[in-house]
Amino acid sequence: MLEITDLHVRRGATHVLRGVSLAVGEGEIATLIGPNGAGKTTLLLTISGLLPVQSGAVSYRVDGEERALGNLPAERIVAAGIVQCPEGRQVFASLTVRENLLVGAYRRRARDDLRDDLERCYGLFPILRARQALSAGSLSGGEQMMLAIGRALMARPRLLLLDEPSLGLAPQVVETILDTVLEINRAGTTVLLVEQNAELALEIADRGYVMETGRIVHAGTGEALLDDPAVKQAYLGIAP
Amino acid sequence: MSQYYLQQLINGLMLGSLYALVAIGFSMIYGIVRLINFAHGDVLMIGAFATLALVAAGTPWLLVAPVVLLTGVLAGITIEQAVFRPIRGAPQVTGFIATLALSVMIENGGVMLLSPQPRNFLFPDVMRTRVPIGPATVSLTDLVIIATTLVLAGVLVLIVRRTRLGMAMRATAENLPVARLMGINVNRTIMAAFALGSALAAIAGLLWGGRFGQIDPLMGLAPGLKAFVACVIGGVGSIGGAMLGGYLLGLGEVLFVGLLPPEYSGYRDAFVFATLIVVLLVLPNGLLGRSEEERA
Amino acid sequence: MRTIRRDWLAGSALIALGAVAVAMIEALLSDYLVTLACIALIYVMLTVSLQVTNGLTGLFSLGHPAFMTIGAYVAAILTYPTQRKGFMMPDLPPWLATQQWDLLPAMLIGAAAATLSAVIVGFCVLRLKGHYLAVATLGLIIIVRVVINNLDGYTRGGLGLSGVARLTDLWWVYAWTVLAVYVAWRIKHASLGRAMLAIRENEMAARCMGIDVFRTRLLAFVLGAFFAGIAGALMVHLVSVITPGSYGIPLAFNLVVMVVIGGTGSITGGIVAAVAISLLGEALKPFEETLELYGLSQVLIALGLILMLRLRPQGLFGSGEGTYLLGRARRAPQAAT
Repeated sequence: MLEITDLHVRRGATHVLRGVSLAVGEGEIATLIGPNGAGKTTLLLTISGLLPVQSGAVSYRVDGEERALGNLPAERIVAAGIVQCPEGRQVFASLTVRENLLVGAYRRRARDDLRDDLERCYGLFPILRARQALSAGSLSGGEQMMLAIGRALMARPRLLLLDEPSLGLAPQVVETILDTVLEINRAGTTVLLVEQNAELALEIADRGYVMETGRIVHAGTGEALLDDPAVKQAYLGIAP
Repeated sequence: MSQYYLQQLINGLMLGSLYALVAIGFSMIYGIVRLINFAHGDVLMIGAFATLALVAAGTPWLLVAPVVLLTGVLAGITIEQAVFRPIRGAPQVTGFIATLALSVMIENGGVMLLSPQPRNFLFPDVMRTRVPIGPATVSLTDLVIIATTLVLAGVLVLIVRRTRLGMAMRATAENLPVARLMGINVNRTIMAAFALGSALAAIAGLLWGGRFGQIDPLMGLAPGLKAFVACVIGGVGSIGGAMLGGYLLGLGEVLFVGLLPPEYSGYRDAFVFATLIVVLLVLPNGLLGRSEEERA
Repeated sequence: MRTIRRDWLAGSALIALGAVAVAMIEALLSDYLVTLACIALIYVMLTVSLQVTNGLTGLFSLGHPAFMTIGAYVAAILTYPTQRKGFMMPDLPPWLATQQWDLLPAMLIGAAAATLSAVIVGFCVLRLKGHYLAVATLGLIIIVRVVINNLDGYTRGGLGLSGVARLTDLWWVYAWTVLAVYVAWRIKHASLGRAMLAIRENEMAARCMGIDVFRTRLLAFVLGAFFAGIAGALMVHLVSVITPGSYGIPLAFNLVVMVVIGGTGSITGGIVAAVAISLLGEALKPFEETLELYGLSQVLIALGLILMLRLRPQGLFGSGEGTYLLGRARRAPQAAT
């Protein structure tokens, strides 16, 4: 579905992505793990159109059509079905919970299904229904994560990009969130999950990539990477 | 209530309404691009002169207001595209200097093309009728100004709180990159904020000219600066704050002149800016604002 | 050791050259052109002192005209001929009304008044950041204008003072300008200048390095005000007339233009920009008259600024001193070998 070939991206003077190549198949959960500063967030921002591509290709295949995402403006990428849940959740604190969900659906033309989609979100995350009139800034970290995911879902994504959903959350909350991600995937949404918590990510992923300093250094299925000794040592904290 | 006190109150509310109209637009623009639009006061001037031109051309008064609103919209969009868009992302000081330069250009352009002499400008005679309130009377002009401000402010609040565009503006004002991730076209949204804010400033120009009878190319500078003071008092970035600040400033100015002996009335502008400095130091977020940025 | 001596030689040579130029201008050019030269140099002084406040320290202060006004009025009142003083400014206390001072002491008192105001104002507003400081200092311009306007027993208010003694000459202006440039240059190339740049770039980091941020900012602000006061005094004794609004927001804007176009933090840039823009403004005046397009020079200056901000935001010389121009000349001989 998503194919990235030899991508180079600069942020300011820094050459962050140095020839990244990866692929995400339709319907699967792919995960990208790696240390801080590797460029994972940069990659997601580039896919979403917030950063310009220096060289390389980002290709998106859906419903038989193929498009080069390259330097499309962010609004068109969202319209094409690629929606991101950004790092640090970043809900709109000055809007209510309900308004946050509605703003997620901003791009959609057919406004009638909105109520149904809202209901579906509330079904997935009942706590949001209870808090729907409150300002999003008053929610706890875990609740904000649910809101951020719900907001992304309101856009009816074909490909959902998640940037470090586990950041700053208690382990139990993280498990709930990741279970929800699995549910979303089973319902038909492809997921590209960027995570620092390598173990959890690889456990639910079909395919995994390890990124270090702007390059992909390991690739394989989720299981394979879990067993890979190099990955185990560097990211899973298991002594050789 | 005696005529004198009623008149003072109405003066304060009238002046406050004019300040509020300009301050609301200013606050909307500041909220969304985090830059002081120095040229905002000059849009007031453009609105006043547009009114003069329309009236001179024989346009019926009922049409004048909508056309002036439109003029404001066009002015705002032009300003945004010509100056604000190219410097987006530049440091705050650069933006300030650029809008200051724009203001100088517009004002001197006006002097160049229209001469610095003030022009007279009168509302139709009906506006001078006096409306009885209790034992005293009030000029219709003043009531119209206050009413127009409340109506337009109400409309704007509706737009911001209830429409899709309003939601986009609030989201963009809070977090521009994430607003883009929602699929919001932030360029158009910012342009809309400028359009709406400038429309209000243009109408303020129409009202100002009619109330004070004289317009000149430099008339926008003082209201523009005072609108900034109003926003600081009320809390930058919120419509309610701008209105509150505008009315407090208007009433405060009138009170200042009214209560103190006449030798001190010349100090009213000094009073306004001294208030600005005090508020910036003591209450940096204003009365209603949120603490989002460092000012001190 | 050798480089310090070389700098002293180069500096002295430049000053001597300047003195020769001044002598020639005084001797050969018309009164009008001499006045023009004075004005250009006064602008240089203003710009260079503003570079220390704005350019080096990053304090976006628009307050220079306010301090000019204070310095100018105080000096003018002191030097005003006693015959007309009592009549023009009736509220002046008798001990003042009978004094008529020379330029230098009057100027120094004027500058002292400006400096004192700057200290007081500085304590109030220097904690503000970015454009909030800018608007607060704009407010200062308005406050000073209003106060002087209303104290008309002392200052003739809106009528302004005319007939101020024409005491300024090109030598005075040159001497003070050289002093201003020298002070700015020395500050910039000393640890104080580096502290100022540090504050401009990252205040938190500067604080962590032990720099007393507030005192440094105050110093930059007050120093700028001192030279602004001197400039005001020189200006009023050049054109003989002053009103409360003489040095106001348009002047503040033009000074900002000079600082930005020259390059924030560049002394040489400031000098070049000040001379160029003040001469340009004067050169355009006859066109404004004949075409009846008053305000044209301002529009062009503003347009120039906007273009500069878009195309070359660091100004002509950035934060440096244009040595890259010299650099090419220096490098060439080596390439030949």
